[in-house]
Amino acid sequence: MIWETVRLALRSVRRNALRSFLTLLGIVIGVAAVIAMLTIGSGTTEKVKSDIAQLGSNLLVVHPGRPAGPGGPGGADWGQRRKLGAKEFDALSTRLTGARAISAASQKQVRVIYGTESTSVSVTGTDSAFLEARNWTLASGRPFTEQESRSGAGVCLIGETVRQQFFGSGDPDGELIRVNRSTCKVIGLLQAKGYTGFGQDQDNVVLMPLLTYQRRIAGNRNIDNIYVSADDSVSTSELQTRLENILRDVRRIPPDGEDDFGVRDMTQIADTMASASATMTGMLGAVAGVSLLVGGIGIMNIMLVSVTERTREIGIRLAIGAQEKHILIQFLVEATVLSLLGGIIGILLGLSLAGGAAIALSIPFAPNPAVVLLAVGFSALIGMVFGFFPALRGARLDPIDALRHE
Amino acid sequence: MAGSPLIRFDKVRKTYGEGEAQVHALAGVDLVIETGEFVSIMGPSGSGKSTAMNIIGCLDTPTSGTYSFKGVDAGRLDRNRRALLRNRYIGFVFQGYNLLARTTAAENVELPLIYRGVPAGHRRSLAMQALAEVGLQGREHHTPAELSGGQQQRVAIARAIVTRPTLLVADEPTGNLDTARSHEIMELMTRLNEEQGLTIVMVTHEADIAAYARRTIHFLDGNLAADLRNEVRRMAS
Repeated sequence: MIWETVRLALRSVRRNALRSFLTLLGIVIGVAAVIAMLTIGSGTTEKVKSDIAQLGSNLLVVHPGRPAGPGGPGGADWGQRRKLGAKEFDALSTRLTGARAISAASQKQVRVIYGTESTSVSVTGTDSAFLEARNWTLASGRPFTEQESRSGAGVCLIGETVRQQFFGSGDPDGELIRVNRSTCKVIGLLQAKGYTGFGQDQDNVVLMPLLTYQRRIAGNRNIDNIYVSADDSVSTSELQTRLENILRDVRRIPPDGEDDFGVRDMTQIADTMASASATMTGMLGAVAGVSLLVGGIGIMNIMLVSVTERTREIGIRLAIGAQEKHILIQFLVEATVLSLLGGIIGILLGLSLAGGAAIALSIPFAPNPAVVLLAVGFSALIGMVFGFFPALRGARLDPIDALRHE
Repeated sequence: MAGSPLIRFDKVRKTYGEGEAQVHALAGVDLVIETGEFVSIMGPSGSGKSTAMNIIGCLDTPTSGTYSFKGVDAGRLDRNRRALLRNRYIGFVFQGYNLLARTTAAENVELPLIYRGVPAGHRRSLAMQALAEVGLQGREHHTPAELSGGQQQRVAIARAIVTRPTLLVADEPTGNLDTARSHEIMELMTRLNEEQGLTIVMVTHEADIAAYARRTIHFLDGNLAADLRNEVRRMAS
């Protein structure tokens, strides 16, 4: 009986192909929008997570100045804050336990020249532990040696963007580039990392030994950041506490004094970013859901038209013995089949849109089976809910009036 | 109920409208029709014959009085019970055929069986049998648009008899047909009445069509004006 009714409904949908299609369009667009939004959204969330993991997982970043509180960085001491230096770095290197890698780094946007080409690059002075702390790897070449770091040798590692700018797809190893008017020999190429979710090119970088950077570029002995990555034995928050205690000690901050340095927990930031992105996704999904509602109203509209148009058919069916429930079920199934069909087309369309967006925005394509199932269920539900009123109207028709209807 | 007539009107009234505009379509009609009869109902428009037919077909209910069908007070049954009654015991043939468009003859005939819950395979064979009885072998898969008026009315008759009803209610069954086709349809109905004992109640305004029946009832202004037995029955040629 039900299968019979479904077949009947499919036939009726086919008979009014154009009208059915236009009715479907509302549901198709609604479901496609929801699916695309949620899929792109969860792709973005994953992208943000992996970006931050690339910055270094379990990573603490120490920076000078007050910790960034609710008011953000700033305050009266912003201009004359106490810098970080070798003293702090050495203290952490010797006293901090639970750290997998500790690295000091300073960076600056600097013009880099090769031959007649010139480009602005983020130049970082650091040590060989930097790669480990940040989870960076080399595509070719070698990291700085201990000897090169200590002596401040003119060697550097370059990112993929810098290589393409200067050498195309050629091997940069051993080439000489000019960084801020001093010459530097390329000894290695960093693995490409692409853009961050915030649109920052992570491959437009040059790394050189910290001493080289301080002497030739910064002209001072300051350290901008100390990167500390936790090993598996300790949580980042525990490590942060240990680290803060050492720094307060080294910088001789009295027990009642405020920290004059800040520590960012990248794991925490990653979580915050991911949850913000997820919230955004949910909101976009909800907005897209409104269009589903509109689609449902479209279905109701068309089903009312259909019931009116087929009044005579209803009359015939009632006369030969159909009960109210038969007519009700017939039109309910028809509305459900219609919206379910729209739902399925919408899912396919939404997934293709999300797939296209994933390629265009280079985010992962992350379809969620639960969301897809939910969309199928929801579109069927819309058909039932919005089909009910017209179906009831059809079922309640008086057979004599219905038969007289032209 | 054993012994009770198939159709019994007991002071049946049907009133439309209120107050001044009130119209008595039926003004207290008494009528008995036994199983196996072939009755034609005649009368000018507004005489109440269509109202009587709708009540007989359990499509409508009297305002007052009693309508018993097979001894059951059909006038007091709710919509769904009357639908069950129609599905089980009554077949309908209309002037305008009332077939479902773009639906094959076989599927049209199967329709009442669907509401009876007959399984698909059995349904198909019953429909084929009914179509053969009305002389439409080979047309089972034609849609109404591909059939002539006479053939469409045959499909409608097949649809009416496929459930093996006790009563066939026909509302001007030949109204849309030419003379030759009309007589073919009437001969078919006469045969069903004589061979299968099918009770037929037929509304018509053509005397030569009414002459096929063994009894003719005339309505006038909501009352029975005449109830005649046809002595000489028009014979199938």
